[in-house]
Amino acid sequence: MSDIRNVFDVGARAMSAQMVRMNTVASNLANASTVASKPEDAFRALRPVFATEFARAQEGLSTATVESVVMLDRQPEKQFRPDHPAADAQGFVYAAAVNTEEEMVEMVEASRQYQNTLETMTTLRALMARTVQMGQ
Amino acid sequence: MTVSFADSIGLHAQSLMLREKRGEILASNIANAATPNFKARDFDFEGELARATGGGALTVTAQNHLAGGLSDGNLGYRVPLNASMDGNTVELPVEQMEFAENTLRYQTSLQLLNRRISGLMTAIKGE
Repeated sequence: MSDIRNVFDVGARAMSAQMVRMNTVASNLANASTVASKPEDAFRALRPVFATEFARAQEGLSTATVESVVMLDRQPEKQFRPDHPAADAQGFVYAAAVNTEEEMVEMVEASRQYQNTLETMTTLRALMARTVQMGQ
Repeated sequence: MTVSFADSIGLHAQSLMLREKRGEILASNIANAATPNFKARDFDFEGELARATGGGALTVTAQNHLAGGLSDGNLGYRVPLNASMDGNTVELPVEQMEFAENTLRYQTSLQLLNRRISGLMTAIKGE
């Protein structure tokens, strides 16, 4: 990826990283009530792995990027629902390994951090705009 | 009487450049608030300003450096008040307060600089 040249690159990449995090939360919540016939087919919560990306030319500038998106290593809940069309021969289904409360916390945190970054960008942009008008 | 342009606006011009740099560093810290093992960075503003304005002649060590900016190797790491378990040393309240203060001081320098410039303009025009 191209180098981080200024603070706007920092903001853009950090906010898109938070958006990926929000998207994984949306996917997790959307799949929270799904069931599967086999434990290995059940949905497991997705999480982005954040990493720091440093600017090559300027020391001190760095931003957050999503290194990868991983599936959490959790066991799906085994439920006895013989009337379910996806039930296996013994009448069990495997519910998605998603903790709804945890996802909500994740969502709020991602949203707050997105806002924090946006706020710093807005402030720095306003300062730059005022500096451009210096001496007028 | 001769008025040195550098003497007239020098301090605030240097201050503005360093404040801008510090704003970028603090913004990077805030952007990395959720990255494991990220170490928050900052520099000693007063020390850098004193070095840039009074500590002898300014030297440019690389072609793309502006004289008066942050000198190499003077960027430090913040010591966290309460270290978090994932190795991240960004404490949002600390960074946000530093950022707010930095913004205010940038605005102050900008305002003073504007006053100086309008003063010089008045002198030039002789109105």
